[in-house]
Amino acid sequence: MSGTREGAPASWEVFLRSRRGLAHQHVGSVRAAGPDAALAAARDLYTRRGEPLSLWVVRSDAVHTASPDERDPYFAGARHKPYRYPEHFAPLTEKGPEGEHHE
Amino acid sequence: MPGRCPVTAPTTAPAVDEGDLLAHFDALVAAGETIEPRDWMPDGYRRMLVRQIAQHAHSEIIGMQPEGAWLTRAPSLHRKSVLIAKVQDEAGHGLYLYSAAETLGVDRAALLDALHRGQQRASATFNHPALTWADTGAIAWLTDGAAVINQAPLCRTSYGPYARAMRRVCQEEAFHVRQGYDLMRALCEGTPEQKAMAQDAVNRWWLPAVALMFGPPDTEAGGADARTAALGAAVSRRAMAWGIKRHTNDELRQRFVDSCVPQAERLGLTLPDPAIRWNEERGHYDFTPIDWDTYREALGDDTHWARQRIAHRRAAHEDGAWVREAAAAYAARTDGTGGEDE
Ligand SMILES: [Fe+2]
Ligand SMILES: [Fe+2]
Repeated sequence: MSGTREGAPASWEVFLRSRRGLAHQHVGSVRAAGPDAALAAARDLYTRRGEPLSLWVVRSDAVHTASPDERDPYFAGARHKPYRYPEHFAPLTEKGPEGEHHE
Repeated sequence: MPGRCPVTAPTTAPAVDEGDLLAHFDALVAAGETIEPRDWMPDGYRRMLVRQIAQHAHSEIIGMQPEGAWLTRAPSLHRKSVLIAKVQDEAGHGLYLYSAAETLGVDRAALLDALHRGQQRASATFNHPALTWADTGAIAWLTDGAAVINQAPLCRTSYGPYARAMRRVCQEEAFHVRQGYDLMRALCEGTPEQKAMAQDAVNRWWLPAVALMFGPPDTEAGGADARTAALGAAVSRRAMAWGIKRHTNDELRQRFVDSCVPQAERLGLTLPDPAIRWNEERGHYDFTPIDWDTYREALGDDTHWARQRIAHRRAAHEDGAWVREAAAAYAARTDGTGGEDE
């Protein structure tokens, strides 16, 4: 992979799973020449406290995104569909959705 | 530039009316929503952020130097471990912030270059030397204490990556201030010489903290004359309208004084400002206003330490060149995958 010049190694996005039961979460980025160096930099930077469980580093230019600016055409499927939510329908008991369900 | 990354690259202007984009941006800021890297933003907003985040990042790493100079001379292994952790955190703060700045389409190597060449600056606070061990305590208690007050509102700043970086920073700053206060308390409970050393350090660090950590006066009440107050207020108002800042410099300065006075009393130390006294009517401590003359006095006439900080930073960067070259050579040999070629 080219594109590195002196003083400007590649950018890597860092994902940290900080606790058992959580998904990896994006925490920021580091600059490093290769994946080993990126992991070491991410460890030094994002895991100085707590008991982190795992780290991912992904080259920033390998991440592809759909931005909020493209919301209308791109994410149109998520909007104006109230019937996808339970609140759109009547609860099963008079006490509401949290009420008892047995007769 | 290593392929502008798609995660962070600013979007190319879509075929939409600029007025609509601005209205949408203003609505997001007004609603307290964050602006994210690929959102459209006014050029002025981007420039103000790059300038502020870069200056902030530079201050974090330059700020390592006065305390870092005491790492080999800490009085006990415990104090040394604590100070290493604190100084290492400051390096981390710089890196969180350079990472945030890069989401605005600038390259951190270029920012460091600008620092080294004097085109961008770090806070002048750290252009003062740490003359004794007590300075490490005074710096952490007073300047990190000032930083906490300055930075807490930045956890809600309108630019998402900056706000998230600041939340990490703020979590760590609480440790910095407490260990500094603890160090000062130990000296104040020690021999008369130790207590005198603590007082001496406070005498030297109070003005840099109260003046430089909050920026120049931006209100007339804070000590600016009408003209500079108007200028300062215009900049602050712009930053506040964009949700970058939440308070004026002088408002935060007052908050700092209010928090420090009782802490100094508990330590039995005197803050070197004879004008400090409780003002029942205002519900705040009065103090000598930081007018422009006082501000300039805090900057210091002698630029020796300012040059020294940058020279040290450059030397560290140049001395580390072989490490970066070795890492690049290793990455090239392993094709950037981490695995050795077979
Ligand atoms: Fe910091
Ligand atoms: Fe700090």
